Amino acid sequence: MIRTPLPPPPAAQLLDVRADFPLFAHRPELVFLDSAASSQKPAAVIQAMAEFYAHDYANIHRGAYRLSASATDRFEAVRDRAAQFFHAPSRDGVIFTRNATEAVNLVAHSWGQTHLSAGDVVLVSEMEHHANLVPWHLVTRQCGARVEAVAMTPDGRLDLDDYRRKLRELPVKIVALQHVSNALGTIHPAHELVELAHAQGLPILLDGAQGAPHLPLNLDELGADFYVLSAHKMLGPSGVGLLLARPEALRGLPPYQGGGDMIREVYPESSTYAPLPHLFEAGTPAIAEVIGFGAALDYLDGLGMARVEAHERALLDYALGRLEALEGLQLYGPSGPRCGVVSFNVAGAHAHDVAGFLDEANICVRAGHHCAQPLMRAFDVPSTVRASFSVYTTPADVDALADALGDIVQFFAEEP
Amino acid sequence: MTGSGTVMQALYKEVVLEHYRRPRNFGDLPDATHAEGGHNPSCGDQLQLMLRLDGDRIEDARFTAQGCAISVASASLMTSALHGKTVEQAFALIGAFTGMIRTGEAAPELGDLAALRGVHTLHTRVKCAALPWQTLQALLNQAQLDAGHDEPGPGRP
Repeated sequence: MIRTPLPPPPAAQLLDVRADFPLFAHRPELVFLDSAASSQKPAAVIQAMAEFYAHDYANIHRGAYRLSASATDRFEAVRDRAAQFFHAPSRDGVIFTRNATEAVNLVAHSWGQTHLSAGDVVLVSEMEHHANLVPWHLVTRQCGARVEAVAMTPDGRLDLDDYRRKLRELPVKIVALQHVSNALGTIHPAHELVELAHAQGLPILLDGAQGAPHLPLNLDELGADFYVLSAHKMLGPSGVGLLLARPEALRGLPPYQGGGDMIREVYPESSTYAPLPHLFEAGTPAIAEVIGFGAALDYLDGLGMARVEAHERALLDYALGRLEALEGLQLYGPSGPRCGVVSFNVAGAHAHDVAGFLDEANICVRAGHHCAQPLMRAFDVPSTVRASFSVYTTPADVDALADALGDIVQFFAEEP
Repeated sequence: MTGSGTVMQALYKEVVLEHYRRPRNFGDLPDATHAEGGHNPSCGDQLQLMLRLDGDRIEDARFTAQGCAISVASASLMTSALHGKTVEQAFALIGAFTGMIRTGEAAPELGDLAALRGVHTLHTRVKCAALPWQTLQALLNQAQLDAGHDEPGPGRP
């Protein structure tokens, strides 16, 4: 069905924050539509890190001097900030990792090592990012457990009937599902997913790498046992991720990595461990980056996550309207609920060719399997082109994409 | 795409689209003596290259692929160029093609393959054009080892 494109959303529905992002001043021609891979950074984040390095830098948790103590305070304050921002149940369950992938690995290895045994099932979905599949493959292979996937509907949502059935019928020990699809933008019904898992007495991990940057979150209310995210997808620096866990879900788990900071007493032959959250934070972390992440959270709080969500939703509706009007464009993904991600293919063209033409027009998109090969197989395509939005995306970006795609569709429709 | 004709349009119009839509030597080679798969894990492109070698001479070359227009066109042109060549000539062609997509300079022996010269300006696409050639390199290296040659082909790590 081809519908008439909607007019651009009124300014009142949109954020106007382009000027906060220095990259766009340096590259005014750039149309950046790859925020799901990694977002651009506001000046506030860049400055926070630069100033910390210039004025306040020292290692944390171990220096016997005031500079180290104040760096430690700054670092630990971001833990409190994150707990508050995401309404985490407790600061003891706020664990800094390198990224969401490491946070999934932490849970898979530490929880899996303790709780999984031969015959057990880890329940994922066929829409998962590889980061929420491969760690479970590694762990289940070691102990003789296995990974099973919840099916998806033809339009790209989790099949909830299949989820209920598998929860009931399989020997599931833990559920690990994405909150938002990185390839399609589908927002899964997180509350329902958690309730259904808990109704079976099962813990649940939600991969929030694509949820946390775009949606208001209240993890205390949501009740997920583990929620993981990456700072670099939410306006913060790379090298920082979070595991947000209910502390009781972490209790009794062995450390994921050993080293400095996670210990209490160490002898040549053995060691005892620090309490939460430090138990899971071996070695010197990305200190300045964590400070930068704190600035990103402040920045997002200033905007308000509800407004962030509304901005991206308005842009998504506008983009879908414009792209649905193009004959020769195959769009993937549900009509809603959905984050600012559009996944598509041009008739007669491979995704990489389309991305190449878009790049020539200074439009940055991702093309490929989006680290979601099972999902691509379910759609029976090798790859798609993905345009993804963030707070700084504008209707002009959407127009540039739609105009360029109009030309590309026409180019590939012509007989050579 | 906006504005006048672009590098991409010129490249695709000249040869890429034609070979993408009607790839030469596409399909299985039932009497192949050698076969090798190529895979680009970052984008998922896949290619299967099949050769029939008679001694040192490439009698037939065919491929199947699931990939972008540049990788398919590159495989189509490559397999066409391989017919009747010796293994030694094929190694020379790999060197010449690899050099061309890196520098944009096309050696005369490349013939029709020079049409892909423009790929060298498209940094993100060089690996697409290179995939069939890397597969060929692996196949020929293996063929030489199978034939008991002590010296692998040039460029073998």
